[in-house]
Amino acid sequence: RVGDLRNHFTPESVNDTAKETCLNWFFKIASIRELISRFYVEAAILKCNKFLSKTGISECLPRLTSTIQGIGDPLVAVYARAYLCRVGMEVAPHLKDSLNKNFFDFLLTFKQIHGDTVQNQLIVQCVEIPLYLTLYSPAIDWILQCIAYHAPEVLLTEMMERCKKLGNNALLLNSVMSAFRAEFIATRSMDFIGMIKECDESGFPKHLLFHSLGLNLALADPPESDRLQILNEAWKVITKLKNPQDYINCAEVWVEYTCRHFTKREVNTVLADVIKHMTPDRAFEDAYPQLQSIIQKVITYFHDFSVLFSVEKFLPFLDMFQKESVRVEVCKCIMEAFIKHQQESTKDPVILNALLQVCKTMHDSVNALTLEDEKRMLAALINGFIKMVSFGRDFEQQLSFYVEARSMFCNLEPVLVQLIHSVNQLAMETRKVMKGNHSRKTAAFVRACVAFCFITIPSLTSIFARLNLYLHSGQVALANQCLSQADAFFRAAVSLVPEVPKMINIDGKMRPSEAFLLEFLCNFFSTLLIVPDHPEQGVLFLVRGLLNVIQDYTWEDNSDDKVRIYTNVLHLLSAMSQENYIYHVDKVDSNDSLYGGDPKFLSEINKLCETVIAQILDHLKTLGKDETLKRQSQLSLYFFNSILAHGDLQNNKLNQLTVNLWNLAQKHGFADTKTMVKTLEYIKRRSRQPEMSHFAELALRLPLQSRT
Amino acid sequence: MGTALDIKIKRANKVYHCGEVLSGVVVITSKDAVQHQGISLTMEGTVNLQLSAKSVGVFEAFYNSVKPMQVISSIVEMVKPGKLPSGKTEIPFEFPLQVKGNKILYETYHGVFVNIQYTLRCDMRRSLLAKDLTKTCEFIVNSPPQKAKLTSSPVDFTITPETLQNVKERASLPKFLIRGHLNSANCIITQPLTGELVVENSEAAVKSIELQLVRVETCGCAEGYARDATEIQNIQIADGDVCRGLPIPIYMVFPRLFTCPTLETTNFKVEFEVNIVVLLHDDHLITENFPLKLCRM
Repeated sequence: RVGDLRNHFTPESVNDTAKETCLNWFFKIASIRELISRFYVEAAILKCNKFLSKTGISECLPRLTSTIQGIGDPLVAVYARAYLCRVGMEVAPHLKDSLNKNFFDFLLTFKQIHGDTVQNQLIVQCVEIPLYLTLYSPAIDWILQCIAYHAPEVLLTEMMERCKKLGNNALLLNSVMSAFRAEFIATRSMDFIGMIKECDESGFPKHLLFHSLGLNLALADPPESDRLQILNEAWKVITKLKNPQDYINCAEVWVEYTCRHFTKREVNTVLADVIKHMTPDRAFEDAYPQLQSIIQKVITYFHDFSVLFSVEKFLPFLDMFQKESVRVEVCKCIMEAFIKHQQESTKDPVILNALLQVCKTMHDSVNALTLEDEKRMLAALINGFIKMVSFGRDFEQQLSFYVEARSMFCNLEPVLVQLIHSVNQLAMETRKVMKGNHSRKTAAFVRACVAFCFITIPSLTSIFARLNLYLHSGQVALANQCLSQADAFFRAAVSLVPEVPKMINIDGKMRPSEAFLLEFLCNFFSTLLIVPDHPEQGVLFLVRGLLNVIQDYTWEDNSDDKVRIYTNVLHLLSAMSQENYIYHVDKVDSNDSLYGGDPKFLSEINKLCETVIAQILDHLKTLGKDETLKRQSQLSLYFFNSILAHGDLQNNKLNQLTVNLWNLAQKHGFADTKTMVKTLEYIKRRSRQPEMSHFAELALRLPLQSRT
Repeated sequence: MGTALDIKIKRANKVYHCGEVLSGVVVITSKDAVQHQGISLTMEGTVNLQLSAKSVGVFEAFYNSVKPMQVISSIVEMVKPGKLPSGKTEIPFEFPLQVKGNKILYETYHGVFVNIQYTLRCDMRRSLLAKDLTKTCEFIVNSPPQKAKLTSSPVDFTITPETLQNVKERASLPKFLIRGHLNSANCIITQPLTGELVVENSEAAVKSIELQLVRVETCGCAEGYARDATEIQNIQIADGDVCRGLPIPIYMVFPRLFTCPTLETTNFKVEFEVNIVVLLHDDHLITENFPLKLCRM
């Protein structure tokens, strides 16, 4: 019979035992002797009045507010008020009068701060009045915030008037600026500046007041006609601050205001002032967070980099960041902004010079201790920059830029990779402009690009990066009719294959490399189709070289990748034997035109095929052991399908071979029946196509093994 | 053996008035069946008076404790000797709270020299081998609301060095002026004592201001009577040197059981007073006394 009360319950729904227990506790608490203890406990359980009566809270809250008058120490009292406001907001936010009374009562007791008791206390504790006053701020801020929350403007104005009557008390003024809505403060900025000026200096530090005002102005705008005057008034005070920490805390806030409403001229003046204040005695060393914040703000508002770098003091400001880690952070900041906001590519020398310096700073900070993540991030930022640099049609200057970049950023591999891609792209751009017909000049230029790639690739450490870039650059060379250079790339790639390690590092984990190698080789084969044989080398020199390398490579024992590769080689060889290849590179005569179907060429192809097939069949035989029978079956079918797709099945030998393979696949019962059935159906379907009638005959020779 | 005896009074707050019926259940819980020689329930209301040692003399105090007065008494044999089943057994009871003759059912009051208490006691007699079980439970009796209308009697006060009595060297006292008022010296016991106090000015810093609630108990006996004032509770209403000229609320809830409506009988009296105590930092202590009249409406 103990149930839950709904959220908005009434005393009537509370059972008697609960009421009695609650009442009992209220009586106990009412007997606590000590005022402060009793006050806090009563305030803490204010909500429990709901168990007893509907009006309990509304009666209790004003009473507790009055009770605080009995707390003699004004600092203790103000925090008691703050707590009561907090409880009041939570339990009865609609009872605003109590909140307001709390503040007004506080104003009445303010004079106690200057009374003997407090003054004596400060002397005994060796605390200065300005520091003592700052202890009140959190409590007053809180109370004012509670009052100001959704308060009508009329109330806010009344509060301000009451504060004014207390002789422009700095502490209160500061709390008002912290608690009231930014729009309210901003609209009355000149008023507030007047009040700040009239404040007693010995009480609360004035720069804190300007700091608070500045924070408001970062959020809301003052009337347009006042804006310049406000800046001048504020800066008059700020620039006189002797203590660098005080100065920079204030300046940081007002930089935002300046950026928001003024031009680069005013921002430059402000930056100059900061440099002037923070340079003596290397004061900047203790202010890096604030200085960083200033840079961040300037960049946020001035993200047109041509404007930014024309701010005279911007680069000298950056010079203040002498601690390397901070410097790098600032550089990252600048680059991030650049990448985010720069829409078009640029060749502006001012920007380029400045940003190259920035990137160089980031690059030079990389050492043996730099984390991988950090390196990745820095490289990404530099690449972002590189991609935005364009000299338009002046390709030679573009290449010079890439060459310069290469020497500057040699320690970050992703940047080198980017540069290689950029140079390749440059070569292709040139080709596009020349519509595929290079002049002597452009031919020399693309050769220079190709040379750049050829020199740069070996300096990379990642083997797959090198392999893929050799292939890619070779394709670019071919496209630009640089045949011998293309050859050099492909030969380099072939020579590199033996060096592929068994395990490679992917995202911090060591993984087997075979899958990647397989992928690369298949890609390579596709390209090799159209690579013309070198006139001084033998027929299919590259293919043979690659086959040798593949043969010598130590493949995993339990993998059949070697066979798969050989099968793909067969596809290549089969394609090569066609009269016309399915794709070409413009203006490059591939082997189909070079040999024109010459029988000697075709017989070389056949010989190679035979060698490869022999290798495959050998491997299939080795899989005849019990534990590898399944693999044997799968590979047989794989090979069968290859021949079906690429082989001439009118050839008797091949025909017989396919039948043998078909039977081998099913010999030990590991074949998947569904696949076999579908394959046979496919063959029968194909036999109905023109010139494929021999498939029908083949189909008859392919029995399906029944599973019993 | 594990037999438990309990008395559950129907009302959650256990408060009853003369003429009402006190009802509830006696609960016997036991793992096994209980063999007993009878269960009885006694309802009693007693006034106990104590003489303070200082009034009559140390040794005589022990011998001359006044006999307890019985206000109400009733006994009921609930169950005849027999056996109760295992588990929980509930036996209801009812006691009409009636007094005979011109006896008055005084309000429950726990004091130092006067104690008015109402109890229910359940006894289960058992055989020689097992100990008798007993359970006592107190219930509260409130006096009926007074018929006469409550007359408000506000009390204003002003405390200065001049208004103090009992002062040896008036000249050495620091100057001060404390003004205030109690909303009424005639108080409803269920409502708090309220008022206001203002420290208009004070040369010495204020350390603390407290409300001291005092009971004044008078016991009469053959030799005469003894009148003793003792503190019930002390509630602080100001802590530290309060702001001058600002009102400080006087607010004190009358504790249940330790206060009762002001009572005057032929044998004893229970009265209440409040002292406003001001402590100054130079250790001077200023007290202003206010007799109160508590009543129940």
